[in-house]
Amino acid sequence: MAWLGLYNYWVVIFLMMAGFYAVITRGNLVKKIVGLNLFQTSVFILYISMSKVQGGTAPIVDNEFAIYSNPLPHVLILTAIVVGVATTALGLALVVRIRESYGTVEEDEIHDLDKSF
Amino acid sequence: MISQHLPALQVVIPLLTAPVCLLFNNARVAWILSLVASSVALVIAALLLQQVLTVGIVTYEIGGWAAPWGIEYRIDPVNAFVLLIVAAIGTVVMSFAPRSVASEIPEQQIALFYAAYLLCLAGLLGIAATGDAFNLFVFLEISSLSSYVLISLGRDRRALTAAFQYLIMGTIGATFILIGVGLLYMMTGTLNMADLAKRLPLVADTRTVAAALAFLTVGISLKLALFPLHLWLPNAYAFAPSVVTAFIAATGTKVAVYMLLRFLFTVFGATLSFEAVLLPTILLPLSLVAVFSASIVAIFQDNIKRMLAYSSVAQIGYMILGLSFVSVTGLTACILHLFNHALMKGGLFLALGCVVYQLGSADISKFAGLGRRMPWTFAAIVVGGLSLIGVPLTVGFISKWYLVLAALESGQWWVAVLVLIGSLLAVVYMWRIVEVAFFQPAPRQGSQRREAPLSLLLPTWVLIGANIFFGINTDLTVGVAQRAAVWLLGGAS
Repeated sequence: MAWLGLYNYWVVIFLMMAGFYAVITRGNLVKKIVGLNLFQTSVFILYISMSKVQGGTAPIVDNEFAIYSNPLPHVLILTAIVVGVATTALGLALVVRIRESYGTVEEDEIHDLDKSF
Repeated sequence: MISQHLPALQVVIPLLTAPVCLLFNNARVAWILSLVASSVALVIAALLLQQVLTVGIVTYEIGGWAAPWGIEYRIDPVNAFVLLIVAAIGTVVMSFAPRSVASEIPEQQIALFYAAYLLCLAGLLGIAATGDAFNLFVFLEISSLSSYVLISLGRDRRALTAAFQYLIMGTIGATFILIGVGLLYMMTGTLNMADLAKRLPLVADTRTVAAALAFLTVGISLKLALFPLHLWLPNAYAFAPSVVTAFIAATGTKVAVYMLLRFLFTVFGATLSFEAVLLPTILLPLSLVAVFSASIVAIFQDNIKRMLAYSSVAQIGYMILGLSFVSVTGLTACILHLFNHALMKGGLFLALGCVVYQLGSADISKFAGLGRRMPWTFAAIVVGGLSLIGVPLTVGFISKWYLVLAALESGQWWVAVLVLIGSLLAVVYMWRIVEVAFFQPAPRQGSQRREAPLSLLLPTWVLIGANIFFGINTDLTVGVAQRAAVWLLGGAS
């Protein structure tokens, strides 16, 4: 039953593949961005899972507790979340511009108009 | 005094100039600020390279936090060379920019354009300067996000879809890199590259480290557009504004190649990746396929910007080919070609920028007879093309020479033959331009087209001239590239 102990990582892999699948298969550009978000979020969970120390508390200096979780991955992932938000915002802004100039956000319709995808 | 802080200033100056451009929100002021920031970055890069060559590795602790915990900037012969080429291309492109930008980008967006350019420059310089794996990811995203913006500024609406496609692929690549860095941190508890290199051998045989290597290699290969992960590149280069194409083509993928060098040779070192079959059996065939497939596709392109974009994919193939030999000569060829290709493609895309400025299009059907109307521009394209092919007395020859030497040294003579055949394909696609521009009669109605203005020609010829200069005087480039190659392999074993 060792694989049950890696429960978090199975969730990460599932989310990652679901997001990746959405990016690849969806023709709607907004849905692609949603898939990309899911994909990135799974990595956030990966980082946060690895920082957990069994039986540890929050990393606050206190005489009562000696074991605490590693705070560094949390900080790293805060940065990555900001990057993810920026990417999403930029992606959606591009979708708005694409909608303005093509009148559609469907990949295959854009391709019919322009052969650019 | 100030010389201690050069590694930080290298990145901080363009980074801080970007918001200043936004505050002024004036096209002319923004251009002057960008030009000054790029030139200062170039001076700093030159000083750093000199410092590295005389003293050795330069390290800088950001905020005074000691190395394995704090973020460290670490300048060695490899990244000093990369910093120099990125800053140099930035400066030349900026001196080319004002006229070309004014003709291709709406007036009210020009200040924003320069701010995005400076962020991109800061990101690329940051990737090269940093010695911290997570910091590298952050700078990668800074440069990528700003380059998506820059590409989407193209006049054609297809620039938008190209930028979107690049955003999707680029983000997947960057997230893969993030996963790889996370897995490395999981196994070693450190993010500092030098520290990682020391600790990784202890855990080298675990599956987690192997997975980290795989994620990093695939993620970076997406960023450097290694075949078959190059699909974002042709459209992005073809529809971006001319200035952006010249800048990104000459720097973006080069910095990605540097990332691959850094991770494979410094971080993973000799412990893992060489014994694993990765380099010779995966990267070598892929790079050869890249050379041939991209060169052949390039022959059939009608948009010349797109043609040169495919040619970039092929040239990246040569760089990765040099890397995959894992020998001093091979790495020298890789680093040399990294530098030389930036000069060729920078020069060629700037020359195309002149053509687009006069014609409003880079379609080959409009090129008929232009060789006589725009002699200097087309002379630049011819010299750049010769360099791309690898004719003696140009930089292209130098890097091909080392590539062939490396192939022969490793006993794979057939690779050397394939490199030469690949060069012949470059002859074919460059000849198409020459044939149309010089041997076809000009259409009657286009007779008012004249040579591009001097302010565009001068920067173009600076880069084209550098192609010839460094093709004849190879002391600097070959010397530094060789030292960098020895350092990469020496630091590894």
